[in-house]
Amino acid sequence: MSPIINKTEEASDGCLRQPVSNGASILIKNGRVIDPVNKIDAILDILVEDNKIAKVAKSIKFDADTVIDASNKIVAPGIIDMHVHLREPGREDKETVATATAAAAKGGVTTVLAMPNTQPAMDCLENIELLKKIITQDAKVNVLFCAAITRGRLGRELTDIAVFKRAGVYAISDDGCSVDNDELMREAFKQAEQAGLLTICHSEDKKLSQKGVINLGFNSTRLGLRGISNASEYARVKRDIELAQQANAAVHIAHVSCRESVEIIAQAKQQGVKVTCETAPHYFALTEDVLLEYDTNMKMNPPLRSREDLAAIKQGLKDGIIDVIASDHAPHTENEKDIEFERAEFGVVGLETELSVSITELLNKKTLSWLELIEKFCLNPAKILGLDRGRLTPGSIADMIIISDQEIWKVTKQNLISKSKNSAFLQQSLKGLIDYTICHGKVIYKR
Amino acid sequence: MSWTKKDLLGLEYLTQEEIELILDTAESFKEVSTREIKKVPALRGKTAVNLFYEPSTRTRVSFEVAAKRLSADVINIATETSSVRKGETLIDTGKNIQALKADIIIMRHNCSGAANMLARSLEISVINAGDGWHEHPTQALLDIFTLKEKLGKIKGLNVAIVGDIAHSRVARSNIWGLTKLGANVTLCAPEMLLPPEIELTGAKTSNNLDEVLKNTDAVNVLRMQFERDEGAAFPSQLDYYKKFGITEERLAKAKKNIVVMHPGPINRGIEMSSEVADGTNSVILEQVTNGIAVRMAVLFLVSQAKDAKK
Repeated sequence: MSPIINKTEEASDGCLRQPVSNGASILIKNGRVIDPVNKIDAILDILVEDNKIAKVAKSIKFDADTVIDASNKIVAPGIIDMHVHLREPGREDKETVATATAAAAKGGVTTVLAMPNTQPAMDCLENIELLKKIITQDAKVNVLFCAAITRGRLGRELTDIAVFKRAGVYAISDDGCSVDNDELMREAFKQAEQAGLLTICHSEDKKLSQKGVINLGFNSTRLGLRGISNASEYARVKRDIELAQQANAAVHIAHVSCRESVEIIAQAKQQGVKVTCETAPHYFALTEDVLLEYDTNMKMNPPLRSREDLAAIKQGLKDGIIDVIASDHAPHTENEKDIEFERAEFGVVGLETELSVSITELLNKKTLSWLELIEKFCLNPAKILGLDRGRLTPGSIADMIIISDQEIWKVTKQNLISKSKNSAFLQQSLKGLIDYTICHGKVIYKR
Repeated sequence: MSWTKKDLLGLEYLTQEEIELILDTAESFKEVSTREIKKVPALRGKTAVNLFYEPSTRTRVSFEVAAKRLSADVINIATETSSVRKGETLIDTGKNIQALKADIIIMRHNCSGAANMLARSLEISVINAGDGWHEHPTQALLDIFTLKEKLGKIKGLNVAIVGDIAHSRVARSNIWGLTKLGANVTLCAPEMLLPPEIELTGAKTSNNLDEVLKNTDAVNVLRMQFERDEGAAFPSQLDYYKKFGITEERLAKAKKNIVVMHPGPINRGIEMSSEVADGTNSVILEQVTNGIAVRMAVLFLVSQAKDAKK
């Protein structure tokens, strides 16, 4: 993977919380340090001074304010989650900035990219200012903005893409919807590229997926539910890549779920198109077979696919075709989930489980190494968004996590702190727990 | 063997032995409806609730008659005039019925999986009287019962199911039931009305009705459900009738004593001609009669299972 946007200065009036000098120091001893950008996988000490990584070396001698023994633990950069629905403003019954970012801290996520499908949508500066105020007050981790491509995310009129950058926006997307109009989408790519913004595509042709609720195939047949074909995703992935190519713009494909999408993205990368993509843990951990009891916590869009698709997603991660793992954290209330399957909302929460699911499914099954896993969670999102984060290089901001990677825990409604409990992994035993989350050199979560 | 399940949700979830137990029990109940006094006390003191979210005459009345012949008290809830109109959720409605100390809910719902969800949430028995496109187990059981009565067995029979398979819960339940009992099932429909990968159930598919009929012991003709899926692909009614309509002319080339079934209500002239519907091969009204015995058996077995657990 190559960085597709040149590293930009973090906007000074942006939504990244500004590191405040506190003069405090933390010494993390004897952890297994994973830092893909510097190709480090070794037992080392890390000294954090005044919000920044000061030193990474063996046996650092320093009289720090806090000393953390990280023996037998993993020390890595904080996760940058490119796909999070905060729900505030508008749907505070599902989740708030305060609860989502607390869940993020617990899950080892130090930066989230907030999707624009709030109420109102993030489609103009006024609405972004509104969210910015809430974030300044309530956010426990860094929150980056993703603005809408079209007004109200209706796919009809472009937003004022050029002004977003100054407001601290990093990307545009109509997430949840795809812009059907080709001309409009091409223009969006062009303007985003000129403005230095990343365009993220929810690639779905709704004319094909229609009123589908689960993957199209034998399971949709036996359950008597309307199916969503792979084609409704990959046909639109293909179009989005073509339009981005015509506009010579960067494109990031969200939540890739099927094998054909992986193939199309692989080909485009080979041809030098500036395309990157992400998948979510449920697409490499679960197949449509978990749906046989009509469990609405297994209902998401795109849907859980077949075993062949799952294998292709894992292979895509291994081959580097899939750059990023993101949660697509989509909180919904019990009232919206504990109803008839066809009527229940799409989406699952994921901030608190994404790392554990990945350790359980990818590391344990030898699909990825620790370096590769941290690359997908930290370094690649930073590169794609143009952030000087996701690394442990001395001088960079100290966003980091300490993980007990052998610890086994069971996901229950009680131990999730997100306001909504619609996890696809309830009652499952997962491996790996966050012990510390450090954001800007400050411990913001401790188990 | 004895019955252990508190619910009947679909034939996919039953073993061959469980299906046979229902059929055997139905056989012993059939005689009740021929008596002067058509009543046995098997479910005396029990309350059965008909909870129908979709219009139905045949199935609702059949369940009501079946429950009454077993001496149960029957309550009919018409959802158009109940709290459902005020936005009550399915689970809340179910829990309220349970709190009234009813014993069995018989539910028809337009969403696939609604009965599974209700059964999970309640202690009392749930009988699926049809959910979306998913299953309609008692319909398939009465079809199979009728077939067995007519032809003496199910194992080895060649059964064709003709018509709108994609949108049919009757088809799905029949496929599971018949294949579990060893029948050879062929689904005969235009390509657009066959759902994806349906062959994985064990049924074969064909687009050529005349070819299929040559070697078929029984044909179950489904209703074209034009009202069910707006915007989905349907053939024109005329073309459909030409290729898949069951007519006397077609039957003349089939086995002489072929059994013709239909779950009703019939669209005369769309899936079947009037002559066939009323003809000598048709067992359509016997199906209705047998429906009572089969539903008596199901009501009896699920309440036995509940009592055994107490």
